[in-house]
Amino acid sequence: MTEVDQTSTIRKIIENYPADRRYALAAMQDMQRRFNYIPEDGLEMLSERLGCPKAQLYAMATFYKALSLKPKGQHIIKICNGTACHLRGSVNLATELKRDLGIDPGETTADGMFSVEYVNCLGSCALSPVMVVDGTYYNKLRVEQIPGILESYSATKPEDVTNHD
Amino acid sequence: MINGTERILVCCGTSCIANGALAVAEALERELASRGWDDVSVKLVRTGCSGECEQGPIVRFMPRDVVYYRVSERDVPSIVESLEGEAVQKLLHKQDGQAVERLEDNPFYARQHKLVLKDVGVIDPLSLDEYRAHDGYEGLERALTMTPDEIISEVEASGLRGKGGAGFPTGRKWRSAASYDEWPKYIVCNGDEGDPGAFMDGSIMEGCPHAVIEGMCIGALAIGAKEGILYIRDEYALARDHIQHAIDDAYAAGILGERMMGTDHQLDLSIVRGGGAFVCGESTALMASIEGRVGEPRAKYVRSVQRGLFDHPTVLNNVETLASIPIILRDGGEAYAQLGTERSKGTKVFAMVGKVKHTGLVEVPMGATLRELIFDIGGGIAGDRPFKAVQTGGPSGGCIPESLLDLPVDFDTLTEYGAMMGSGGMIVMDDRSCMVEVARYYVDFLCEESCGKCTPCREGLRQMRAILTDICEGRGVEGDIELLERLGHTMQDASLCALGKSAPNPVLTAIKFFPEEFEAHVRDKECPAGVCPELTRFAVDASACTGCGMCMRACPAGAISGARKEAHVIDPEKCIACGSCREACRFGAVQTTRRISA
Repeated sequence: MTEVDQTSTIRKIIENYPADRRYALAAMQDMQRRFNYIPEDGLEMLSERLGCPKAQLYAMATFYKALSLKPKGQHIIKICNGTACHLRGSVNLATELKRDLGIDPGETTADGMFSVEYVNCLGSCALSPVMVVDGTYYNKLRVEQIPGILESYSATKPEDVTNHD
Repeated sequence: MINGTERILVCCGTSCIANGALAVAEALERELASRGWDDVSVKLVRTGCSGECEQGPIVRFMPRDVVYYRVSERDVPSIVESLEGEAVQKLLHKQDGQAVERLEDNPFYARQHKLVLKDVGVIDPLSLDEYRAHDGYEGLERALTMTPDEIISEVEASGLRGKGGAGFPTGRKWRSAASYDEWPKYIVCNGDEGDPGAFMDGSIMEGCPHAVIEGMCIGALAIGAKEGILYIRDEYALARDHIQHAIDDAYAAGILGERMMGTDHQLDLSIVRGGGAFVCGESTALMASIEGRVGEPRAKYVRSVQRGLFDHPTVLNNVETLASIPIILRDGGEAYAQLGTERSKGTKVFAMVGKVKHTGLVEVPMGATLRELIFDIGGGIAGDRPFKAVQTGGPSGGCIPESLLDLPVDFDTLTEYGAMMGSGGMIVMDDRSCMVEVARYYVDFLCEESCGKCTPCREGLRQMRAILTDICEGRGVEGDIELLERLGHTMQDASLCALGKSAPNPVLTAIKFFPEEFEAHVRDKECPAGVCPELTRFAVDASACTGCGMCMRACPAGAISGARKEAHVIDPEKCIACGSCREACRFGAVQTTRRISA
């Protein structure tokens, strides 16, 4: 995506909402969904539109877990670390992912393929431990299944990865 | 014989979908069509959560009431065949070796009292007509004939208290908000269910979204609000979709909008997606988040009912509370107050998870005992292992030992013991759960989620985390336990909001009820449950090992070796002490011992 495209996409997202502070979170969530992170331009333009300091939007972007200022990987792996999953060994899932991908929860692989994150509770406690990759649930997951799952995602040809630089 | 009244209910709650329920539903539709049965002769309904999540996907025939569990696509032809004949035996629930067909004959359901969940798992959550056919919006119709004062009196008579955990009397909250002559006023639904291990509110929003909307309509009439907001957790995509769908339908049907059911009352509802912050379940933080600010709580010198959202009078109720309102208005407050205990009326929904046989969503009258919940409804501990503790109330609650299992669960009793009923999360633990590690888990969670505004919570949690981590990893020293207690009491006294005030509960209750386990970690460098990796060594008891190889396959580190039908061996150099082998072994041959010599 070119810079011009990105700017116009951001503008579209922002102008979808009235120029009112109460829609700041929603606009940022939309940007997150669209770009997998919130570009700096996005904060800039939103602060102009809402007439509020960029620092306040920055504070929100760093406060809320749903928002990120760094690009995330192409595939997002969420390890549920709710209590039920924790008791049934979600930590071991993270350990296995670290062995396979070399990253801890909260990080993204150098090639931009995978991000791993802990999430609080996905409400599927009966199926614990749960891991979700791009919205697909892996239930009652055993560590030895993880390498195969990762392979199935690595095998899919990466789409044109947007260059955000 | 198919006579046009048949309905096939397919549970499509989050867990059942994760188990493949949507594919089952589609296969059922194809199978029905291939037999020439259209939508009129046999109606297929995708319902919300039917409760016994671990046994999903669940398919139920009505009106005959045959319930099939763990259904897969392969089972579909035989299921459809059974519409006109014998039930498929292998998919039925087995009770003492006997197959039972009806839902009510399964003890998991038989001992429940479904009130708020009555329609969840029974109706199509996307159909306003079905909700109305189940007496939906009758409560609102009645409320529209009453004055605000009469509505509030009815709610007061019910004794309803906020089911999000705090237990504040709903009627009193409404009366207070109604008393201010200042407009606009707001009614807000707290759907930011954040306790790890709890999914009651999510299931209600998914399974019966109109009940929440009806509750908000009635609340708006009572306090005089014209705008309402549902703040829903970002992770709950399905709940959000269903609520939005229900809002759209309610507008189209003239329930929401300028003329509520043809009267002069007005109510507009909209959804705000949560930003993923646990503290936003706190009322003032939630409102800050809706206003487009960082979700930090404020000191409550002035209550939200007077100055809440945008500094206007605001009522904030939790999902389950709002979903109880239509029932109270329809059947009367007195009828509702018949259920429950002296000071806690009605029912409560619990999400019972962890090491219990039947995991899922249950609703019982207030005052049921923990033992009834865990053993009668939940069927006891998974794998028939010994019960150790139940954690109630999530990160704000506490761990309750076996000696207190006969306590009634209501708003006040558990609080006396340092725990709390909370919003309804109930996590069952067996002897393989380490209470020190569980305490650390909650502190770790809260450390991440503390907003950082006040010092006792921000710094207290960090210190607790450091101390508990030391204890778990074998660096505990004499005096650590007392220090944890002192820190905890300071946080309870000095934190700004409920998050910080209740944050020490999991630690303090664990120390109170399981002191010997803390002492074993600190003094003997031993984890009696065999969980803390730094303190635990795993080994195979050669006399009990059958050489089946299950542990070898389960080991992620490749640390186990051994020929078939011969005793296996764990290489301590490679072992990462994750415990997968112990979970996998069906013969109890994997033993734990102390790693560090004291």
